[in-house]
Amino acid sequence: MMTDDDMMTDDEATRRQFMIGAASLAGGLVTVLPVTEARATPETMQAAIKKVVGSAPLRKGKVALHLPPLVENGNSVSMDIAVESPMTADNYVRAIHVFNEKNPQSNVISIRLGPPAGQAKVATRMRLADSQRIMAIAEMNDGSFWSDEVDVIVTIAACLEDPV
Amino acid sequence: MARTLINVPPKAKKGEVIAIKTLISHEMETGYRHDNVGKAIPRDIISLFVCTYNGLEVFRAELFPAIAANPFISFYTVATASGTFEFKWTGDNGFSATESVNITVE
Amino acid sequence: MTPAERCILAIGALAWAIASTLLVALAAEIPLNERKSGYEFMGPETRAMQDDDSANPGSLWVLDGEASWKRKVGTANKSCADCHAGESMKGVAARYPAFNAARGRPVNLDQQINICRTERQQATPLPLEGKELLALSSYVGRQSRGMPIAVTIDERTRPFLEAGRATFYRRQGQLNFACAQCHDDNWKEKLAGAPITQAHPTGYPLYRLEWQNVGSLQRRLRNCISGMRVDNYPLGAPELVDLELFLMWRARSMPLETPAVRP
Repeated sequence: MMTDDDMMTDDEATRRQFMIGAASLAGGLVTVLPVTEARATPETMQAAIKKVVGSAPLRKGKVALHLPPLVENGNSVSMDIAVESPMTADNYVRAIHVFNEKNPQSNVISIRLGPPAGQAKVATRMRLADSQRIMAIAEMNDGSFWSDEVDVIVTIAACLEDPV
Repeated sequence: MARTLINVPPKAKKGEVIAIKTLISHEMETGYRHDNVGKAIPRDIISLFVCTYNGLEVFRAELFPAIAANPFISFYTVATASGTFEFKWTGDNGFSATESVNITVE
Repeated sequence: MTPAERCILAIGALAWAIASTLLVALAAEIPLNERKSGYEFMGPETRAMQDDDSANPGSLWVLDGEASWKRKVGTANKSCADCHAGESMKGVAARYPAFNAARGRPVNLDQQINICRTERQQATPLPLEGKELLALSSYVGRQSRGMPIAVTIDERTRPFLEAGRATFYRRQGQLNFACAQCHDDNWKEKLAGAPITQAHPTGYPLYRLEWQNVGSLQRRLRNCISGMRVDNYPLGAPELVDLELFLMWRARSMPLETPAVRP
């Protein structure tokens, strides 16, 4: 696969190496960023949501999505979702779907529930590649969709590690 | 089998809504990382988690690469009768893990 | 005392007072009652992850360690439990690194586990930073949770403490940083968005979100040392054990949180 490095002239490659060296001397962070091909965008997130919701209206409410507003490490972020519902045979949450905006893929988790749950409350931990918006959508037994969204800021560790 | 840790209250009253916490050891390799020579590291995740209670499915979750390593999932269920919770995780490369926990419901 | 002698004594006392004030200002050691565990620098969600054994990923290593503890290994076909039958490991992790007479120097808990493996169980030593060794030290460490860190400093261990202290305060590497500059002098600040802690090893081995894995104090030290652009020490190096001894002494009486969770 051709990368930008391949396109550089010898002079440019040398200069780039010098800059990296100078940056490390200056105490700057030299990060080797993972090369990502597909990245979710707000558009792909909307497409993933549409696959679940279809043409039904997506209403705000009933769903409470909690993520820490400032994330200490994007590798593992605690997420809590609670949906208001009596969870009775004729009024319950059928599914909960979570979507993100900037990870390589828009889906996070899809949960199926029913009246046996007693409470539509779930917790897990997710990965966040970058500061972004997360959306949780609850699908009710009557076919209605409710949602909540949260904006999250993700910080990374100050120093990256040499392989152990 | 992968190490698991399940927390189910050993006793509950009939009709009580109980919390169940599950933890399993798994790297959840996303498939979006590259090693230091640029080669893609293949995806290797748990993609499905199902809980049944006395044979009835009470919780199902489809997991995507966005779920963090050593997946933690907690959920609720109504204690109906004494019996057994069965937990099953399945994923890439034929990954499979099961665990069962008993409960006494009075 | 003659007036001259009294004068000299007074000047000497004044000079000593000035010098010791200056020394205190320069050293900027954290006063004992102002020490904070890394726990206090974390957000509530990460703290909750540590506090709940059912949610703490380190618990998985503790469980694996418990299984290893009971497993017979080596040509002696003994398990840890066989020798330590009925003996609680409570307090053990809190006093490591500890002096090892045969080696004439302190060893850390991982090294002690391997000493037991090779000398008592007649088994091969476990690879440093490998999953099984971390599981065993997590299991042993867990037995000391809540106990005050209490490494022994006496005439045998003092030289190694001082070697570790010297490393902590020495400016080194491309950036000419000393550990103390961040962890004694600037622990209220942030480095690239991440809070700078006081660097007390209150929960090792711990589950670090950055690693998505349990790791030892030495792994964390090597991480910092390479971040400082200093020539690194290999795992198990005596310089690292000396530094561990110093850091545990610096954190004396702080409660152990093993297995902790950190960002």
